[in-house]
Amino acid sequence: MASNASVVHDHHHDDHDHKPGFFARWFLSTNHKDIGTLYLIFAIFAGLLGGALSGLIRWELYEPGLQVFVQGSLLDQLNVFEGKHGYNSVVTAHAVLMIFFMVMPAMIGGFGNWFVPIMIGAPDMAFPRLNNISFWLLVASFILLMVSIFVPGGPGGASEHGFGGGWTMYPPMSANKGSPGAAFDLIIFSFHLSGASSILGAINFITTIFNMRAPGMTLHRMPLFAWSVLVTAFLLLLSLPVFAGAITMLLTDRNFGTAFFDPAGGGDPVMYQHLFWFFGHPEVYILILPGFGIISHVVSTFSKKPVFGYLAMAYAMVAIGFVGFIVWAHHMYTVGMGFNLRAYFVMATMVIAVPTGVKIFSWIATMWGGSLDFKVPMLWAIGFIFLFTVGGVTGVVLSNAGIDYSLHDTYYVVAHFHYVLSLGAVFAIFCGFYYWYEKMFGIKYNELLGQIHFWLMFVGVNVIFFPQHFLGLQGMPRRYVDYPEGFAYWNKISTIGYVITAIGVVVFLIMILESVIRRRKAEANPWGEGATTLEWTLSSPPPYHQFSELPVIKDEDGHH
Amino acid sequence: MSNDAVKHDYHIINPSPWPLLGSLFSVVMFIGLVIWMKGLFGIEKTPVVFAGGLLGVLYVMWGWWADVIKESRAGDHTPVVQIGLRYGMIMFIASEVMFFVAWFWVFFEMALFHEHRAGVASAIEEVRTAWASAGSTDPNGWMPAGVEAVSAWQLPLLNTLLLLLSGTTVTWAHHALQEGDRNGAKWGLFLTVILGAIFTSVQAFEYYHIVHHHLFFNEEAANAGLYGSAFFMATGFHGFHVLIGTIFLLICLIRLMRGGFTPQKHFGFEAAAWYWHFVDVVWLFLFAFIYVIFGA
Repeated sequence: MASNASVVHDHHHDDHDHKPGFFARWFLSTNHKDIGTLYLIFAIFAGLLGGALSGLIRWELYEPGLQVFVQGSLLDQLNVFEGKHGYNSVVTAHAVLMIFFMVMPAMIGGFGNWFVPIMIGAPDMAFPRLNNISFWLLVASFILLMVSIFVPGGPGGASEHGFGGGWTMYPPMSANKGSPGAAFDLIIFSFHLSGASSILGAINFITTIFNMRAPGMTLHRMPLFAWSVLVTAFLLLLSLPVFAGAITMLLTDRNFGTAFFDPAGGGDPVMYQHLFWFFGHPEVYILILPGFGIISHVVSTFSKKPVFGYLAMAYAMVAIGFVGFIVWAHHMYTVGMGFNLRAYFVMATMVIAVPTGVKIFSWIATMWGGSLDFKVPMLWAIGFIFLFTVGGVTGVVLSNAGIDYSLHDTYYVVAHFHYVLSLGAVFAIFCGFYYWYEKMFGIKYNELLGQIHFWLMFVGVNVIFFPQHFLGLQGMPRRYVDYPEGFAYWNKISTIGYVITAIGVVVFLIMILESVIRRRKAEANPWGEGATTLEWTLSSPPPYHQFSELPVIKDEDGHH
Repeated sequence: MSNDAVKHDYHIINPSPWPLLGSLFSVVMFIGLVIWMKGLFGIEKTPVVFAGGLLGVLYVMWGWWADVIKESRAGDHTPVVQIGLRYGMIMFIASEVMFFVAWFWVFFEMALFHEHRAGVASAIEEVRTAWASAGSTDPNGWMPAGVEAVSAWQLPLLNTLLLLLSGTTVTWAHHALQEGDRNGAKWGLFLTVILGAIFTSVQAFEYYHIVHHHLFFNEEAANAGLYGSAFFMATGFHGFHVLIGTIFLLICLIRLMRGGFTPQKHFGFEAAAWYWHFVDVVWLFLFAFIYVIFGA
């Protein structure tokens, strides 16, 4: 990665460290590390776009009345996201971009691709070509999403561009009545493609982990990040097809006259919600589980101690993955389901707090008595543990069907899932990014810039989302372009938080730029004795094809 | 590229154009599909763009799998790589199973909770009436008014027997191939493909019968569109898979005729056989639940 794609033979490297030309290397790639890098670049790009959209949301909500999504504004003149429907489209696009094009590509596509093969001692993924189509299908999916923004989609007809029904796409909002234009059909196909991309990726990861572990690398010695990706891959494999089925039914309802979700033909919109959340709940664990893996590595590395309760940590993730499949209806307490059903989903949902607690306490126990080193990745890891705990606790609050009756679809929910995702998953991504930056790109980042980035983001996101708990408790509903005067105070604070966060993102970009310009040469293992997994035994960046001679794992303690 | 230093049996693949091309053509295909359904950017409804994209996708599939076969013949598929291919196929079939879960979920929701539709759940008077026939003397039992279900013990039974028979012929082909009896393998595979084709034809005839005689689509059944939707989605998606499986087996037959596969190494054939058994089992569930238990 450090050098341009040259064919110059470096005598210090192994014979086979011979890279293809630029086009073949980056467009026709079959190398897990290059594909991982492509995913990371894509994720940063999508994240900036999704972050810009949330800027529009916060700008609009800075004070009561309409500011951005109003006739005559710049957006209106550009014929994109115009009017109040434009606000709905922005909320939808923000969610879809962040979930499917930022967090998933960064965690699974980026870090998963880069480090799962290395950590298990394999030279590449099981199906390298399939790996590449997973990436390019995601780009294809992204193109369809972008096209949909410029296509009529709203209930107001041809003047309302883009789909505004939210990432959950409930009918009748997503039926012909709610979204008559072609925009939503494009979104359906966009999801089909990204779903295919993820399913193929999941097959690839499962096969790689089951079939390509180095001699002696038993499942019970496998690093926790590889475990987390394994569980995530199973969730993807088993939940995405159901989602694909649900949106296919939306497609036929819209275009081929079926009545799956149309009450006039005996269909039922609530059925869609069940199908969607059967996927949607595992999906939110798909977003966070690889983060758990990353945090385990970082906490262990910077405490100079093995992870506390390694096996419990691994099986806690398996348990979270399993229980994640049987709690979906807690997203829909208010649809009028029976009392017993609600009681079951409350219980099942609360059970998840147990394995999650195992993880949180084990991270703390790993730090306990350790030789702590507060380098940038460790700051993000500790930030993650704090913020994810806050989000987890509000999750337990919301799991109560009775309380959810009044908090459903309020900003309390928005605050909750942003604490676990925007502050949890994203902090885990930054944590992994700093942890492996030298390893991946062969250059060092600036410690001070990294610390400034962390503190700006930490303060910024808390200022954005903590007040939203108050707004939710006051009863402010989600997905509204305007609000009464009474909600103005905390909304203003929230928008100020966005500005702080945005400055943090700018520092992040400066950090990358500075490191690329200065090109400080990386060490193979900058973190010292705490970093024990196999990637630290390789050079930084690793050879183009690592482990031409497979490593043999003997000791039981060293590798997790 | 010097691979002398490589001391493992994994398959390191050279850069390939197929993933990039495949994604490119899928964008064309799906945008084409939207143009065909709704029209886009002022382009009138036309299937041309979709057809172009589809041809491109098929071309990529052809080229990609041809490469896989070439690599296999070149000896790249070592025992450990073959195990990987097996894992991959099993995982793919697992995801396909979950796809069918979606259709069955909708079907069961409709069939088990039909009284719900007849009760307070629906605000529409006509819908309540249409779904209120549960427990009546109607031979269809729970069926909504106007829907005349297909009898399980006629064409669907024939189809069940056809598929079960094809399951035995494909096993015959497999054992023959393992024994080195290539002629027997060809016959077994040939018969499997023929039985698959007959199944598809019978299914097509049944669909024609339903549509032609307005079994689901008549004025009385206007508020029971869900039944036809669930029926056609589940059986149609299965029929599509039968078609894929038949093509998969046909390709294996052609490879066999052209001298491919050995008694020791024939994973392409085995994958096709696994897929065929999967399609077979899905049909047994369709037959049991859609045609027999919740049928006429």
